[in-house]
Amino acid sequence: MNWFQTILILLCAFLGVFAEGVLTFPRSLLGAQVDVLPVLMVYAALNARLLAVVLLAILGGIWADTFSANPFGISILPLFAVGFPIFTQRELVLRDLPFAQIVLGAIAGAAVPALTLLMLFSGGHKPVFGWGTLWQFVVMSLGSALLAPFIFKLLDWAQGAFGYQERSTNQFRLDREIRRGKILK
Amino acid sequence: MFKQKNYLALGAVILVVLVLLSLPTRVTSRLKLAVGSWFLPLFGLAGAAQQIPADLASSVLPRRELLKQIDTLRTENQQLKSQAIQNAAVLRENNKLHTLLGWQQTQPWKLKLADVVMRDPANWWFTVQIDLGSRDGIRENLPVITESGLIGRISSVSLTRSQVVLIGDPNCRVSATVENGARDNGIVIAADPLDNSRVNLTYLASGANLKPGQNVLTSGLGGIFPKGIPIGQIVDARSVEFGLYTEARVKLNANLGSLEQVWVLFP
Repeated sequence: MNWFQTILILLCAFLGVFAEGVLTFPRSLLGAQVDVLPVLMVYAALNARLLAVVLLAILGGIWADTFSANPFGISILPLFAVGFPIFTQRELVLRDLPFAQIVLGAIAGAAVPALTLLMLFSGGHKPVFGWGTLWQFVVMSLGSALLAPFIFKLLDWAQGAFGYQERSTNQFRLDREIRRGKILK
Repeated sequence: MFKQKNYLALGAVILVVLVLLSLPTRVTSRLKLAVGSWFLPLFGLAGAAQQIPADLASSVLPRRELLKQIDTLRTENQQLKSQAIQNAAVLRENNKLHTLLGWQQTQPWKLKLADVVMRDPANWWFTVQIDLGSRDGIRENLPVITESGLIGRISSVSLTRSQVVLIGDPNCRVSATVENGARDNGIVIAADPLDNSRVNLTYLASGANLKPGQNVLTSGLGGIFPKGIPIGQIVDARSVEFGLYTEARVKLNANLGSLEQVWVLFP
């Protein structure tokens, strides 16, 4: 099994969650922080195995909730709810096109926080919510859309540079072997 | 259509979510501590990276500038020392009067400086993490201030870090008094998600005489925040719920968007 891609995605999620908390940009300028996890989920759903999607949803959600006032584990389901449908329909998506990456990044960037807020309100929690939240959704969605092609390129490059290709099954068929030489009668 | 492994993955994720969300708060806060400890090397690296520019700046500062700064600090130190002596005398006198009147003596609060190391990754909570934890004597609900005024209270504590819920977050409600003739009391609640420099002061008396620029201080009611910590200044006020009570917008003294160092108050 090729674990490199899964580990690479999880490593990016780990560093991304930390960076979101430590960096003040773009929060200081635009009033909202861009989330890396939805874009990574889109990448994992389009390019990796189902296990990577599951692990990213669980670990990424847990890491995000660790530094947040969110209830522990609430971010898991929104991430998976975005990644799972993309994974099941990924054969229909032109994943190498930047346009597809941008559109999926924008949808994921808005859907994950919207679902998280829905779960928070359903659980009786009271997050900061108002008309400004709409602007935050716009920033998160656009931020994810812009990040998507960059993250796709970065992870594809890292996979090509450091990963290894799985050995393909043997295509040689004995019954199609061309035998050379004289035909003996 | 759906393969068996898809169903298994869906089931596994839902199971994990249900288990985690049904855990008691005490267990989940411990889990948060455990998972947070995975990031300790990154915190170390971030701290070292922040120190490099500061070290570089101090190494290239000219000697004349440094001597000038030392002189300024020395003068300031002497002024503060003399002020401290005067304050100690006033405190002694105050305590003496308290004893004579039979009032309970008030103990001065101690301060501990902390660095802000992280902000909440989610946009719908106003919290920050500071680099003091239970090993430094931090416990829940201690007030946190800057030199400008109140910024929040400790909401959860780990060994080396604590989470501060900032004023303006729905989980940090503060009982406040307006510095006017009537000393109107209200409660500071959340405001706009985009503007963390303003909060709402609500449940003020319907006929409250509020004017822009009046100071808002902690009232001491509620038992968490001591009385008299500056919060902000009144911007404007309006009557709400058909005149049942008044709500005012308050501009916070502290800049919550650029917190670097904060003080934790110990009773």
